Amino acid sequence: MAVEKEKLYRVHLMVCAGTGCVSNHAFEIKEALEKEIKRRGLEKEVKVVTTGCNGFCERGPLMVVQPGNIFYQMLTVKDIPYLVEEHLLKGRPVKKLMYQPPEEKTPVPVLSEINFFKKQVLVALRNRGLIDPEKIEDYIARDGYKALVKALTQMTPEEIIHEVTISGLRGRGGAGFPTGLKWQLVRNAISPDNEKYLVCNGDEGDPGAFMDRSILEADPHSVIEGMLIGAKAIGATQGFIYVRNEYPLAVKRILIALDQARYYGLLGHDILGTGFDFDIRVVRGAGAFVCGEETALLASIEGRLGEPRPRPPYPAEKGLWGKPTCINNVETWANIPVIIDRGGKWFASIGTATSKGTKVFSIVGKINNTGLVEVPMGITLREIIYDIGGGIPGGKKFKAVQTGGPSGGCIPAELINLPIDYESLTAAGSMMGSGGMVVMDEDTCMVDVARYFLSFTQDESCGKCTPCREGTKAMLDILTRITEGKGTEEDLGLLEELADTIKEASLCGLGKTAPNPVLTTLRYFRDEYIAHIQDKKCPAHVCRSLNVYKIDPQICFEKGHGCDVCRRNCATDAIIGSKGEAHKIDQTKCIKCGVCFDVCHFGAVKVE
Amino acid sequence: MIEAKVSDILNRYARDESSLIAVLQDLQEEYSYLPREALEQISKEMNVPLSRILSLATFFKAFSLKPKGKHPINVCLGTACHVRGAQLILEKFERELGIKTGETTQDLLFSLEAVRCLGCCGLAPVVMVGEEVHGKVTQTKVPAIIKKYKK
Amino acid sequence: MPKLTIEELEKLREEARKTTFIREQGQFRAKINVHMGTCGLAAGARHILNAFLQEIEKRGLTDVLLTTSGCAGLCSREPMATIEIAGQAPVKYIDLTEKKVEEIFEKHIQGGEIVTAYALGIGSEKTDLS
Ligand SMILES: Cc1cc2nc3c(=O)[nH]c(=O)nc-3n(C[C@H](O)[C@H](O)[C@H](O)COP(=O)(O)O)c2cc1C
Ligand code: FES
Repeated sequence: MAVEKEKLYRVHLMVCAGTGCVSNHAFEIKEALEKEIKRRGLEKEVKVVTTGCNGFCERGPLMVVQPGNIFYQMLTVKDIPYLVEEHLLKGRPVKKLMYQPPEEKTPVPVLSEINFFKKQVLVALRNRGLIDPEKIEDYIARDGYKALVKALTQMTPEEIIHEVTISGLRGRGGAGFPTGLKWQLVRNAISPDNEKYLVCNGDEGDPGAFMDRSILEADPHSVIEGMLIGAKAIGATQGFIYVRNEYPLAVKRILIALDQARYYGLLGHDILGTGFDFDIRVVRGAGAFVCGEETALLASIEGRLGEPRPRPPYPAEKGLWGKPTCINNVETWANIPVIIDRGGKWFASIGTATSKGTKVFSIVGKINNTGLVEVPMGITLREIIYDIGGGIPGGKKFKAVQTGGPSGGCIPAELINLPIDYESLTAAGSMMGSGGMVVMDEDTCMVDVARYFLSFTQDESCGKCTPCREGTKAMLDILTRITEGKGTEEDLGLLEELADTIKEASLCGLGKTAPNPVLTTLRYFRDEYIAHIQDKKCPAHVCRSLNVYKIDPQICFEKGHGCDVCRRNCATDAIIGSKGEAHKIDQTKCIKCGVCFDVCHFGAVKVE
Repeated sequence: MIEAKVSDILNRYARDESSLIAVLQDLQEEYSYLPREALEQISKEMNVPLSRILSLATFFKAFSLKPKGKHPINVCLGTACHVRGAQLILEKFERELGIKTGETTQDLLFSLEAVRCLGCCGLAPVVMVGEEVHGKVTQTKVPAIIKKYKK
Repeated sequence: MPKLTIEELEKLREEARKTTFIREQGQFRAKINVHMGTCGLAAGARHILNAFLQEIEKRGLTDVLLTTSGCAGLCSREPMATIEIAGQAPVKYIDLTEKKVEEIFEKHIQGGEIVTAYALGIGSEKTDLS
């Protein structure tokens, strides 16, 4: 890995190689670009750089042209020759490949002026789209490891902890514990042989959240630098990054980053000649949601079953191999270098009184601009969903947003002006969680959502404690009953009772928070439960047992002329009729998969 | 054959207990499942009871004790995919392949699994076949996806 | 094996910036805009562009930005470039050659003195990318 002297290019094409764009064939775009650049003899002037996730996943594959910050989206291989000729050769940016807001007539060329990006404030994602994650030099160029130098040469451990404390940073892994305080506890904890450990929690189990993945893949050095600073503050010599099993690319990027950092002596012995030693090892998760819980995670690093244990003692006193251990989330770590570099006061100037700084959210589900965003704490739900997220697709009505994953809850449309901070979300019955936001519209059934999360926690419960293992099963049975139209009104009371017991008596956070999705939906969407119970109807037509598919014979015949598409697509031969005549569904054969509804061009298939 | 491979994997680690999960992961990666004889060898060479290895192998979802199909199909049932109809996609795969979730086809070509969030929720509903991600899948696209791998 | 000292890290940072600064959105001391378009290209705008690029690279500057734009509408006087020193009115240079570029770079961009002999006018319209 010799350091070659880099050449100066006049243009860098920053091609997003985040997971979303890659599955949208970003690498084919990259190849096509390189080929075309060569064909045009531009290879000494234009360089293609692959970056981590840009955030605007909905519009992938994406590319940003620098200088100029010109944003191209939804690229296809066949656009590339024209794009290269026009923009790179003739200097004329190509309008038809730019983002055009649905309600406007002209495209917006510059990234920072696109609504999706406008309200974002990048701290944890400060290098987003601007660096090649596999090049430490790119990170260093953007002030990387500057905070480390400061921490190692100008600050005592107490001063570092003080800076983090006044920044007001709280853990981004879910519970929001003040990071400075946690560090102080670990620093004060006594270790018989002076060994202390540092862990980065990259398990990211919340289904629908991918911010930690994005940070690890797009800017691994920000986490490494944060951990180095933390190590100096608490006096640790060994760190671990625990990465979720499903994230092979993240593992690869961190391993590369660790190698590069070691190569330059930013990890290992006598870092930067200051006498400070620290190194980091990567541990791959093996696919268990509960391993995101800190005690379970530590057990699995030790090679044991990933089961939680009661706290106290907290990991701060007795963690890995019984030694004091500081465990923080990926995003928490990524914020640290900026806090040290720019000062805790600066960080605290962003956000609200009790929730400081910014938070990264993944907005997914029934929303136009799905993607990853970083916003100041205290921003309202409305701003996220409408200004940044671009509202709900297909003119549908916004119903709710789910935050906090399986531990969180559903916030109803009435609370659209809710500021997003730890306290407001908790007061609304949900929680900040890791930052997944799943948007739901009128076609989402809230009882089904509650059942979905319960089946998740039931499935992921490690089974060690009875309230969680048996309680979630009992709740799931009731919810399933309700979605099948077999529920009674007493069931609702029973659900609430069970929820209370599980919250009280469970061993770890998984059980303690598992009832939240049910409780919030009962609180805000009780009428939907009632509809399932009394009318045996699912208002959103999601719960299949309650749906009946029918074909309107008149529409089928007059508009569709019995086009026969539904019959050909039916998996169970439940549709009767031949081409040219009105079709009909045999209810005894129908499995309610909804394919006929999806494929009918004429709206002849109705669901009741 | 297996014996040499297992020794090779064991040599990558310090043979202490904390590397047990990593050893199993490498083994799983190599064979797409954990062959019984390999586990017995690990038990002997690392000096840990087989029962402990089996308890890890069944606790973590990444491990399988049965051979997998050549093309593992993972249908995402994460939240974002769920609200965009992933359950129906999974059932369509079950019908098309004639197997249930968790099973492998007779010809050992496909195995079908449900997973929770592949981290590309923006493309929901998402299906992963081997390493390849298919986004915005609909029921009608399922037969074509299967066909692609059925050479 | 280059275990860095703190000074070496800072040097590495400076070196790295010399090639990555073009991605930044901040303020630049000077901006050079070469007009491309079909006419510009035919007149040799690519050579002019590369001449400017080499000047920047040779001097290791990180505060001078080189951009391009389409045709400037004065096809008979191509190749052309507009130079804008921060806080001053842009200056348009016409009928450029590689030799002229060297001189303009030295005198105007580095020295702050407009090379009136090659300049068309001062205060021309803003370019697409600036
Ligand atoms: C069931 C359960 C799952 C969790 N999953 C995660 C996770 O995926 N990532 C994470 O950072 N924290 C997770 N946590 C929180 C951790 O236990 C711990 O509080 C966190 O890693 C501390 O870091 P922080 O203070 O920086 O947030 C989970 C907690 C529970 C109870
Ligand atoms: S929920 Fe399916 S990819 Fe995230």
